[in-house]
Amino acid sequence: MVRHVIAPVDELPPGTRKFLTIDERPIAIFNIEGEFFGLLNRCPHQGAALCEGPLIGLAQSSDPGEIEYTRQGEILRCPWHGWEFDIRTGQSYCDPKKFRTRAYPVNVEPGTNVVKGPYVAETLAVSVESDYVVLDL
Amino acid sequence: MTSPLAGGVDCDLHPAVPHLTSLLPYLNDYWRDQVTTRGMTDLVSQSYPTNSPISSRPDWRPAQGKPGSSLDDMKAQALDRFGVSTGICNPLYGVQMVFSEDMADAFCRALNDWLVKEWLDKEPRLRGSIVIPVQSVEKSVAEIERCAKDPRFVQVLMLVMGDMPLGKRAYWPIYAAAERLGLPIGIHAGSNYHNPPTSVGWGSYHIEDYVAQAQAFQTQLTSLIVEGVFARHPALKMVMLESGWSWLPSYLWRLHKFWRGVRMETPWVDRSPQEIVRSNIRFSLQPIDAPPDPAILNRLFDHMQSDELLLFSTDYPHWQFEGDQVLPEGISPDLVRKIMVDNPHATYPRLKQPVAKETTP
Repeated sequence: MVRHVIAPVDELPPGTRKFLTIDERPIAIFNIEGEFFGLLNRCPHQGAALCEGPLIGLAQSSDPGEIEYTRQGEILRCPWHGWEFDIRTGQSYCDPKKFRTRAYPVNVEPGTNVVKGPYVAETLAVSVESDYVVLDL
Repeated sequence: MTSPLAGGVDCDLHPAVPHLTSLLPYLNDYWRDQVTTRGMTDLVSQSYPTNSPISSRPDWRPAQGKPGSSLDDMKAQALDRFGVSTGICNPLYGVQMVFSEDMADAFCRALNDWLVKEWLDKEPRLRGSIVIPVQSVEKSVAEIERCAKDPRFVQVLMLVMGDMPLGKRAYWPIYAAAERLGLPIGIHAGSNYHNPPTSVGWGSYHIEDYVAQAQAFQTQLTSLIVEGVFARHPALKMVMLESGWSWLPSYLWRLHKFWRGVRMETPWVDRSPQEIVRSNIRFSLQPIDAPPDPAILNRLFDHMQSDELLLFSTDYPHWQFEGDQVLPEGISPDLVRKIMVDNPHATYPRLKQPVAKETTP
């Protein structure tokens, strides 16, 4: 596992996402209300840029006509065919056993840790004063 | 030829009401007088015009009267000929067409009582479907409860083309009553002609109506699945009668494909449409809309991923096959047994119930 420094926390405020390529893999980092998530930006169905899709909540029902709508903003819909993916796990909702996209752990680390290593920060100058978004690949 | 197995269950037989006057003994005084004084003679629907080829196989067509109106003919031509232990009667008489729910109710009650006295009492192999006045859900439930006391009624019968899509929740008390009483809902080809019999308006020819039945079945299956009938009633079985079924793989592919993209619109559909069809929906065997090539047919069965979907039927007296070729070529003896015996018994729990011997000589 290699830990990649993505950006200073200030550059990824809540409601934003950042797209980047790490080791030739297209990856997107999301900040959802202060929590960070990383997903492979490729739909397992037909390869669309999954992470460019809209974020919605999770609609569930225990009785027809009754809808429980929870986890707002945590379900990603593929821009091509509308399939839903859980941003926490990468699993699809239409066929969870067969279709999932890769989810990567993303954490916030203080600059003092990041400076020490063993982190990869390709084009990023790291300083001890900031906190950084770090993705494990 | 694939030979039928003795002791099977024929799930789609059509006893014909000879004439509206045949129901007079089963109407109350008021409705008997209404029929007589209004001069009502018959309820003729466009679905199976008497002289249309589909309405009767030539060798099953009686010298006079409506095809399917003679019990002796049905015995000789269907029950005995295919060696079945049980035959389920699905009367197709235009009682659903009338717009008065009160008259429809009176006619349905009469039709169900006629079936008991003229057919079930006279032939111990026969079972019946309860015809309901679908316009009134309340009256339909009452009729189901009335008839269900007789264990020889094994199913509730509805037409594939009625007033509204069948998944609509207004109909659900009918499904609740059926599930509670161990009765599958049989949905048969045909229309009450309150709406055009195609989804695009009124056609010009009989063939347009008949071919469009398959599309109507698809539309109804979609409605039943997405409205959540089987989420609320997971034990309810529905049987598509005279629907054809070779369209199933491509239809299910389409439904599944779109469900995957808009699952959140109907989150009570928490299984894929294929799974719901495999657990809750059955199809009568005839008609078979496929080439007579065993390889193609067996591939179709593979696509359906289940050998439990089909129920044996002759569709007597309708003309769907020639001679004794009621079963398709090249299916395994195991599948023949499933279609003719196991699947019908798994679908109709009332076939297991002992029936008191009430047969009149």
